[in-house]
Amino acid sequence: MAVLSVEGVRKAYQTPQGETVALQNISFSMEKGDFYSLVGPSGCGKSTLLSIIAGTLSPTAGRVQVAGETVSGPCPHIGYMLQQDNLLEWRTVRQNVLFGLEIRRRLTPQMKERADRLLETYGLAEFADRRPSQLSGGMRQRVALIRTLAVEPDILLLDEAFSALDYQTRLAVTEDVYRIIRQEQVTALMVTHDIPESICMGDKVLILSGRPAVVREELPIRFDLSERSPLLCRSCPEFGSYFNHIWKELGMYEAHESARSLCEEGGPLGGEGALPAAESTP
Amino acid sequence: MHYLRQNRRRSLTVRLCRWGFLAAFLLAWEVAAEWEWIDSFIFSQPSRIVRTYLSMGQNDLGYHIRVTVGETLAGFLLGAAAGVLLAILLWWSPFVARVSEPYLVVLNSLPKIALGPVIIILAGAGTRAIVFMALAISLVVTVLEMLSGFRDTDPGALRMARTFGATKGQIFRKVVLPYNIPTLFDSLKVNIGLSLVGVIAGEFLVSRAGLGYLIVYGGQVFRMDLVMASVIILAVVAALLYESVALAQKLIGKRFGQGS
Repeated sequence: MAVLSVEGVRKAYQTPQGETVALQNISFSMEKGDFYSLVGPSGCGKSTLLSIIAGTLSPTAGRVQVAGETVSGPCPHIGYMLQQDNLLEWRTVRQNVLFGLEIRRRLTPQMKERADRLLETYGLAEFADRRPSQLSGGMRQRVALIRTLAVEPDILLLDEAFSALDYQTRLAVTEDVYRIIRQEQVTALMVTHDIPESICMGDKVLILSGRPAVVREELPIRFDLSERSPLLCRSCPEFGSYFNHIWKELGMYEAHESARSLCEEGGPLGGEGALPAAESTP
Repeated sequence: MHYLRQNRRRSLTVRLCRWGFLAAFLLAWEVAAEWEWIDSFIFSQPSRIVRTYLSMGQNDLGYHIRVTVGETLAGFLLGAAAGVLLAILLWWSPFVARVSEPYLVVLNSLPKIALGPVIIILAGAGTRAIVFMALAISLVVTVLEMLSGFRDTDPGALRMARTFGATKGQIFRKVVLPYNIPTLFDSLKVNIGLSLVGVIAGEFLVSRAGLGYLIVYGGQVFRMDLVMASVIILAVVAALLYESVALAQKLIGKRFGQGS
């Protein structure tokens, strides 16, 4: 049975100028342990879709089911990770990790123990009593992930979760987060505007069209690696062709922007294939 | 090493100059009054002020200080509590906030002392009117300052709390309130001074007891020693009250550094 199924979701906004359709008709489903990336042109409604899945926004038509239950209202099965870590400075690292449990009134000794174990496993135990400001950007993002995982979500939604970090940190955090998510066997759906990131983390990349959005393609990503890691994926030969494919699908504007960011970030990791694709894009 | 020493020497010089200035001022005042360059009847004289302190029992100076401090603390605490509660209400209900906005703006710019006679008639010419005056002066400022603090709470932190399905009450208790502890102390620091202003203004009007009463009384019977002594004590009381709020902030506020 699918952990997440999105069936014919449509979202329209009423504005004084009339109706704006953000999402036309979105359907897909995820099995337990899947990691999907979601890419689409800027402003196509990716974050709207995540909010609908999380239950903080209700769809105009269609429905979302999580673990067989139709989502209506904020869904307790979902963990949401935002762009900023939003750690609360007046709490220690451990208290920050327990924040979600407090809000959901699930602060039992067992859950506390589990949170401590997560801190231990992911190298944060010695920082548990520190303040967030004493941590590096990468560690902060790890704390934010553990805070989300502490509530035992069935599905983890990542909304541009790494775009606030500088490039080096971002590569390192992507490695960390990928490892943690795989190890904890969490089902994850990640929205990103970064094509290389979508390829090297996802089992499948969902490509959305521009507004009103539909799923244009579900692109399965496979690498010939014994043990997959985002950094290794970037140097695989398949990487370039996946990149070009997604780029073409997304169209001119988005492609141009990514080309720039890739050239800045690129180097040996995935820089290949960037320029030819830019020329071949109409 | 050299830098540190230089730094320490400079701050020592500053301190010496401060005390030196005070000493020179008092000395000049004393000498000028003694040699009748100024009229000590109008300007008083340090030695006479000291004599006033020494005859404290006679003047009930201790009693008047207690009255003023008591009234100030009462007005301060009431103003802070009521102000924070009202700010919470306005944060909670944007509708109420929008309705009351013009009233708050007008009340904020209105000199509350102008309400003195009304307050005295309502609350009676006594301690209650004075406390009420202190409350009136500090209340609106507290409301506005706390409300703007609540509204400036980091939107990222609010979003994060909502992703866990936090209710409005939880958001307030676990995010908005702790986030605004520094704002609260900043507003308390302003309020302690404002409450004192309210109390002195109230004592001027009601004139029963307290340092404000002593100042008015001393002025009316031309006992400038008493006026000066009261003003100096008032300055010390104001400084001590402010420092105790600052100390409380240091003790409690350390835990609540402003979020990044």
